[in-house]
Amino acid sequence: MSAHNTAYDKYLDRLEAETIYILREAYNKVDPLAMLWSIGKDSNALLWMARKAFFGKVPFPVVQLDTGMELDEVYAFRDQIVKDWDLNLKIEMCPPEEDMDKTLPPATRAAMRKTEGLKQLLVSEDYKGVMAGIRRDEQSMRAKERVFSPRSTHGDWDFKNQPAEIWDQYKTDVPGGCHLRIHPILSWTEIDIWRYTKRENIPVVPLYFARDGKRYRSLGEKNITFPVKSRASNIDEIIEELQSTKTSERAGRSMDNESENSFEILRTRGYM
Amino acid sequence: MAKNKTKEQSVKLENDKVRIVIVGHVDHGKSTLIGRLLYDTDSLPDGKMDELKKASEKRGEVIEWSYLLDAFQAERDQAITIDTTQIQFSTDKKNFVIIDAPGHTEFLKNMISGAAQADAAILVVDAVEGLQEQTRRHAYLLSLLGLRQVAVVVNKIDKIDFSAEKYGALCKKIVDFLGGMNIRPSEILPISARHGHNMTVLSDNEMPWYDGKTLIQLLNDLEPRRPSIARPLRFPVQDVYRLEEKRIFVGRIESGILRKGDTLLFSPTNEKAKVTAIEEWPNPDIETVEAHAGQSIGITLDKPIFVERGHVASHEENAPMLSNVFRTHLFWLSKNPMKVGDTFKARLHAAEYNATIQSIDHLIDTETLVELEDSERVEKNQIAKVTIRVRDMVALDPYSDNDKTGRIVLYDEHSVVGGGTIFMDGYADQRRTLTPKSENIYKVDHLLSYDRRAERNGYYGGIFWFTGLSGSGKSTLAMKVEQALFKKGYHTYVLDGDNVRHGLNKDLGFSPDDRSENIRRISEVAGLISDAGTICITAFISPYRSDRKRARDIKPERFHEIYIKASLDACEDRDPKGLYKKARKGEIKQFTGIDSPYETPENPDLVVDTEANDIETCIAQIVNYIESNIAVKKNDNDAQNENGEKALAI
Repeated sequence: MSAHNTAYDKYLDRLEAETIYILREAYNKVDPLAMLWSIGKDSNALLWMARKAFFGKVPFPVVQLDTGMELDEVYAFRDQIVKDWDLNLKIEMCPPEEDMDKTLPPATRAAMRKTEGLKQLLVSEDYKGVMAGIRRDEQSMRAKERVFSPRSTHGDWDFKNQPAEIWDQYKTDVPGGCHLRIHPILSWTEIDIWRYTKRENIPVVPLYFARDGKRYRSLGEKNITFPVKSRASNIDEIIEELQSTKTSERAGRSMDNESENSFEILRTRGYM
Repeated sequence: MAKNKTKEQSVKLENDKVRIVIVGHVDHGKSTLIGRLLYDTDSLPDGKMDELKKASEKRGEVIEWSYLLDAFQAERDQAITIDTTQIQFSTDKKNFVIIDAPGHTEFLKNMISGAAQADAAILVVDAVEGLQEQTRRHAYLLSLLGLRQVAVVVNKIDKIDFSAEKYGALCKKIVDFLGGMNIRPSEILPISARHGHNMTVLSDNEMPWYDGKTLIQLLNDLEPRRPSIARPLRFPVQDVYRLEEKRIFVGRIESGILRKGDTLLFSPTNEKAKVTAIEEWPNPDIETVEAHAGQSIGITLDKPIFVERGHVASHEENAPMLSNVFRTHLFWLSKNPMKVGDTFKARLHAAEYNATIQSIDHLIDTETLVELEDSERVEKNQIAKVTIRVRDMVALDPYSDNDKTGRIVLYDEHSVVGGGTIFMDGYADQRRTLTPKSENIYKVDHLLSYDRRAERNGYYGGIFWFTGLSGSGKSTLAMKVEQALFKKGYHTYVLDGDNVRHGLNKDLGFSPDDRSENIRRISEVAGLISDAGTICITAFISPYRSDRKRARDIKPERFHEIYIKASLDACEDRDPKGLYKKARKGEIKQFTGIDSPYETPENPDLVVDTEANDIETCIAQIVNYIESNIAVKKNDNDAQNENGEKALAI
């Protein structure tokens, strides 16, 4: 809402206004509602905008799908933010890896744990909508997403038959047993998020900044996510790095690189 | 997905971002065009080119650029694009989001979902195949969706041997066709996406005759849509939050500027209040004095007025229109056809209403642009002009005045089934008739009541409101009925259209607003005449249900709607004043039944069919009806006496 002057700031203002509009639509139309929080840069920025949309207090629960495998810094950061931002945090422990489909490649199988954790949560809490901080530019499967995306009871995503989404009028109603995935930052890019994080002074997990020539570009569990080579030790340097890189954001995510369609398998089975 | 990679990114980040949609018939090369563009502008991530080569070899093809987009396994095997994909991409001058739109008919809703978000469109036409069904339909939808920046690329130019003649002939066809739907393409250019002709540099060897723009130059000339700051303020309320002691009204300003201290008019309630603050977080102490179109804000007001989601704040000047009936130009997406009388949920900005399809006025053939009149149904993927009625007043604008508050989306239970833009041709703003202009007016009671007069006369005064098309027989019947009643000893008076327009209403014309005002004045006069104990018969086309309802609301207990029924064909054959002929020739505009709507009464008190019956039968039917409705009954009389005395005692 504040005045920003450069063209890029104006563009960020436009993205922010759109996200706040979506958050308020979700809060008005979908009940009960929760927000998924991976504690990464994207969902932090989203949480920050939720605080803006509702003037300081996030009015719905914030859920972490926990595998117990996050890096220590992530847990420390989580606890600090919950305290500082007065969040209603709900931790959902994901089922163990042994319970996952054994035919999947190993990292894809590990990633399935969050999908199963989410299903568990939906059953126990009966949420009509869960918000997730995914972006179109992250991955080509996510590029096909709608802002309000309906899911079947099992979380399946019927990407061949998605609802029309016209002029900011969303599908806010689903039959019993189904739920909505709501994606308020779908139009943002990785650089947009960093620029906004810097402008708004939003805290992030320090693992994003380079130590010993490596940094996490995308945060995931320690068994399936790896730091990439980098010298970027602050946000400005990260932005500079992103402007010249040709490596994809999720290059450090094992599951994306196991087979041609592993992410597609994950997504149609309910992954975020 | 392609990552942004640029040589001068620092410059680019400050550049505008333009959202473009690429549309056209299936296999005319949309995905290929995008794949090629990403390659030409060095926007592909490392390894993507190798992956592409591998995937193409696996399927035994030369490099298939469209694989870059069609990321799904399923899509690769079917060789069509299933859903809209969005891709970030940059030239040296601008940033782009490219929305790929599928070409198959069954995916029309995805194409609309993509195109509805776009700032500009590129229409791809195959040089050999030319304008195909989907090219035409997509072009029509671009026009319907209000996209004004449209460029055309004629792809596969190599397949017509780079022939300037063949290209010129096709261009002429394209321009003619687009002109028919009011699209003036900003540019037409010949390319080959697969072989890279005229993409980044002009292919002078193959096309020495072409000296226009390259595709990159064309892209650089596109502009993002700007929020409508210069238009009148529209602030639809999205929600109301209670925060400690405050009530905060939140929403996005769709057009104009809102300032602290402004007096806001809320529609449809017509309530007014002043803006006390534009709320700020995380710095609540910052005093924000104005907010403009595009911003999501929250405000507080100085008075505790009733405001809820869907109400629209504006300034007192330039308020939105209020109406319970409007017309739309819409696309239909549901497998269940739309029929007259169907009811849907309509969403218009933040408001939601139950909307009933009153009439399907025109069905549009997107192939020929021919408009078929009076259809019974609209099938999936068809486009139509439809009149919609809602129960309550809705705040809206014609699309031509405001795109954000001039479009609706229809829902059937859980799903979007259609959407379109609003136009108000033939319909009036009903705000004027709802809002009294003068204050400090107090009613004086008569010493003689309506009922006392009835007691003396032996019958009640009443309003017998004839409605029907021009030529249906209203005036003729009114005069004859009056004569018959007079002979029987009743006091009667006929208010007739042309006569009233010579005096009381000579300042009014035939615009929807003036027609509405014409009927309002007549309703009031008819009410007064009936008060005086006289039988008042009115003979006006009175085409709008809302106007007739208002007339009834003045004296509902003594108002009788009499539908003088005759088909348009019969009336046009009769044409006693020669008006239909003139209207058909275009000499009279906004003539009811020809280019202005007539809304048939839903529940008239009496239907008089002048086509099926002769005039004497019709007169007898009406006289009989009137007499049986004005009689003073014995016990009625007693009750009325009591009331009459009460009135006298005051």
